[in-house]
Amino acid sequence: MVARDDKVSAIRLTAAQYVILGIFLVLAYGLWRLQVMQSDFYSLAAEKNRIRNVPVLAPRGKILDREGRTIVDNYPSFSALMMRDSSRDLAADVNLIAQGLHLDPDEVRSRIRHFASMPQYQPIFLKEDITPDELQFIEAHRNELPELDTIMSHRRLYPRNGFMAHLIGYVGEVSEDMLNQPQFELYNAGDVVGISGVERQYNTLLMGQNGSRQALVDSHGREVGRLGETEAVPGKQLRLTVDIDLQIAAEEALAGKNGAIVAMDPRTGEILAMVSGPTFDPNDFAVHVSRDQWNKLVTDPDKPLMNKAIQAQLAPGSTFKIIMAVAGWQEGIAQTLHVNCTGSAEFYGRRFGCWVKGGHGAVDLEKAIYQSCDVFFYTLAEKLGIDRIAKYATDLGLGQKTGIDLPNEVNGIMPSEEWKIRNFKQKWFAGETISVGIGQGAVAITPVQLLRAISAISMGGRMVVPHVINPTDVPPGYVEAQHYTEVKNVTIDPNGWNFITDAMSRVLLPEGTAPSAHVPGIDIAGKTGSAQIVSLATRARFKNSDDLAQNGWFVGFTPRRNPDIVVCVLFQGGEHGKLAARLATQVIKAYVDKQRRTPTKMVEKPKNNSDGAVDIGGLWTAPDSDGGEEKLQGGRFVLDLPKKPLALATAAPGMAVR
Amino acid sequence: MSRYVSYRDFDWVLLGFVLVICGLGVMEIHSATVHTKFAGAHVRQIYWVLGGVGAMFLMSLVSYQALLDQIHWFYIAAVGALMGVLVFGQKYLGARRWIKMPGGNHFQPSEWVKLILILAVAKYFSEMRQRELSWSDFMKAGAIVGIPMLMVLAQPDLGTALTYVPIAVIGVFLGGLQWKQGMVVALLAAVAVGAVFFTPRVHLLKTYQKQRLTSFIDPELDPQGSGYQVEQSKIAVGSGGLWGGKGSQTHGAFLPVPQTDFIFAAFAEEHGFVGALGILLLYFIVLMRLTQNAQTAPDRAGTFVVMGVVAVLSFHILVNVGMVVGFMPVTGIPLPLMSYGGSSVLFMFLALGMVMNVRMRRFVN
Repeated sequence: MVARDDKVSAIRLTAAQYVILGIFLVLAYGLWRLQVMQSDFYSLAAEKNRIRNVPVLAPRGKILDREGRTIVDNYPSFSALMMRDSSRDLAADVNLIAQGLHLDPDEVRSRIRHFASMPQYQPIFLKEDITPDELQFIEAHRNELPELDTIMSHRRLYPRNGFMAHLIGYVGEVSEDMLNQPQFELYNAGDVVGISGVERQYNTLLMGQNGSRQALVDSHGREVGRLGETEAVPGKQLRLTVDIDLQIAAEEALAGKNGAIVAMDPRTGEILAMVSGPTFDPNDFAVHVSRDQWNKLVTDPDKPLMNKAIQAQLAPGSTFKIIMAVAGWQEGIAQTLHVNCTGSAEFYGRRFGCWVKGGHGAVDLEKAIYQSCDVFFYTLAEKLGIDRIAKYATDLGLGQKTGIDLPNEVNGIMPSEEWKIRNFKQKWFAGETISVGIGQGAVAITPVQLLRAISAISMGGRMVVPHVINPTDVPPGYVEAQHYTEVKNVTIDPNGWNFITDAMSRVLLPEGTAPSAHVPGIDIAGKTGSAQIVSLATRARFKNSDDLAQNGWFVGFTPRRNPDIVVCVLFQGGEHGKLAARLATQVIKAYVDKQRRTPTKMVEKPKNNSDGAVDIGGLWTAPDSDGGEEKLQGGRFVLDLPKKPLALATAAPGMAVR
Repeated sequence: MSRYVSYRDFDWVLLGFVLVICGLGVMEIHSATVHTKFAGAHVRQIYWVLGGVGAMFLMSLVSYQALLDQIHWFYIAAVGALMGVLVFGQKYLGARRWIKMPGGNHFQPSEWVKLILILAVAKYFSEMRQRELSWSDFMKAGAIVGIPMLMVLAQPDLGTALTYVPIAVIGVFLGGLQWKQGMVVALLAAVAVGAVFFTPRVHLLKTYQKQRLTSFIDPELDPQGSGYQVEQSKIAVGSGGLWGGKGSQTHGAFLPVPQTDFIFAAFAEEHGFVGALGILLLYFIVLMRLTQNAQTAPDRAGTFVVMGVVAVLSFHILVNVGMVVGFMPVTGIPLPLMSYGGSSVLFMFLALGMVMNVRMRRFVN
């Protein structure tokens, strides 16, 4: 039927065979290339695929107060994940999922779309730090919504409402910038590190060492086996020198105000309390801080993120007069200086007013301190000259970092002739010395500097380094903590500091500048200060706006001899030092109240005295450390103790014992 | 006209090699799925193969010449079915490829259209009398394949549509393609491919298709995304080495769909270069045996039918193994006889049935 020559060309059929042969040779070459030439490379790639190093996270160390009460804890936090390899129609479940997790369905849908091109084993993070009812929702829908899963991690739990926020600081993911710095070279992206405060300062102790597990995984990331494990080393628990009860008193004193309160043990430099106001809630940062929230914190004129105790640089006002008094005494000028204050005095052709318009009349050093006479200290400043003032102020640590173990402490400024030339290329004007005499002008210090200086004066020249953790609590190799125990001695004539501190103890008496801060039964020596931000004339131009109100200062200690607590208060916009003094005495009272109820001290209570009346004089003044019984002008008196014991905190607010 | 058709003339050798390939496929399907939710697929594959062999025998009984006489009806039915898919088809993952059948089965007509196209092209060229192809013959042959191909492209299913191309190519080549025509076609194809690739504003390819193509060009660029499959496949094949290995890529499910499109990668990982080359050799023997049958076909039409099957099979192997070793983009084309799946197995055995049919009639006349 079909002719022979109608057959298909044999040449073409053969050609087709050769084409097929060619195809097979190419494919064989492809196999040869992968399986023989690059076999080692791909074997390694297969191993890398199969073995995954899963970090075993080390829990961060807890932070405790000096008595071991919890300040910062960890809590298990769950994040909701959506697994995409469960072969479920994710789009159909979106509404139910969004409802259960309180998310926007459109947002979830867009997240799923965004992940569409990613490999299946990568889950979608739906929500971090879910609430218990959201966790319950996931658990209850294990069968209906198998694609939902949770992952647990430990998060930081900070006290409520920003309690102690500045001192503790907060943690966050290590940033790109930080990773480039040498001290963070051992860290990996994604590590949680301290960003500020103690969390940052002692990050290496708190952080511990993450372990790792070599897991055999499949492409879904599911563990199918285990090769080895290095265990995580948990972070060290850190005990602060802070006393929560005192911290609570300080927080309450400064509540709603702008400023800082620092309390310290002048014998050791242990910080007992430190508050800065206004504050922020570090729990907001523990999960995710929104841009708005962050911007608000950063642009707030009251600077809630700043730890004003170590970072506010302000004129100390009249509190500086104590340093002036020491300088004047040491130079042999102050003890013999007598000034007649008429409400103002003229120096270098300019009139300088005293804060008491009518004048103080005849003034000596003692009256000048408790009445805070400006004219006396103008005169003293003129006689001393700026460089002698600067010498004593600098010796007492003003205008320098105190070395406190908190990050980002600032220097402050203690002016001198040399300082003026170095920074302004200008000669010092003698008239400027007069303002410095009352703590105005170029002097700018931090509350903790002032605290340390006054503490040194109260201890007869013994300068300690303020610190928030006990050096004996840190591991022996932690060299950074060694200098906390260093003591520097500034020479102060014993008669001088006795005289000056006696005068300071009259500040809270009726004849002083802050009688309203007086607490019966507590012998407080202190000094008020009111520092102008702008001149009084400028302030009047702005209709006495509150923004330009004077800063109130108070620095005081108790007892007058061998004090065991010194407190410094900065009350920004507080107008007068006596208001700051009231805040300070609240803290001091809380301290004394607690001391007087300490069982170890209570043993001194006479056994026959069953009505609770206690003789205080010998109670909290160590018998042999007293500078002289006759100088204790507060005298001995009897105090009725309430029968009910003082309610002491068991943990920082919001850190309920679980 | 039919004298005596005997199973003595049946190509038992060919069937033997084919069944060896199927057996290796079943083995690999078992190995790749044993610990997954697809466990037991190898048993179903055995049923498909047995069913396929049965279908092949049935197919060999029906005279291909009788089929060719009725091919225009088949062709119309094929175009109608593809139209039906476009109108009534089940949409799944963004494409309409299946028609839902009563009883819960899904029917994918585009697979069977291949068989009809092989016959239609054979019919067209067997009736052509002159030695050299005219442009109008060329266009007509192109249209026979082109119309269903465009309909499959519209589903969209680029992979299956591409498998129609070799049917047309082998037809015009054996039908007497002139050098000049070959050059022109090659040039036009190059321009078309270039236009599709390098003109972003022409949305001829769907985004996923473009991604597959670009990720093929540089899979390491985006190992987590669409280049992932190519990369994992290369790792699987490469880690197999000369003699084969543990198969962690396959068993750890890093290799996507190791029982269907990437079965050759799974086999190459477990049995190495030696095993993979053995498979290629088996396929080569099968193809050579088929071309031999084409040469001994009783008529022109028979040669075209067998060579159509050769072209489709070669193309599948080229694209699938090429994809596995990283020479070709991911197109979703299975490896015939080895990959798991009823449609693919049945198609291959029906095609082989047509070949047997031609062979058994080689002495008839």
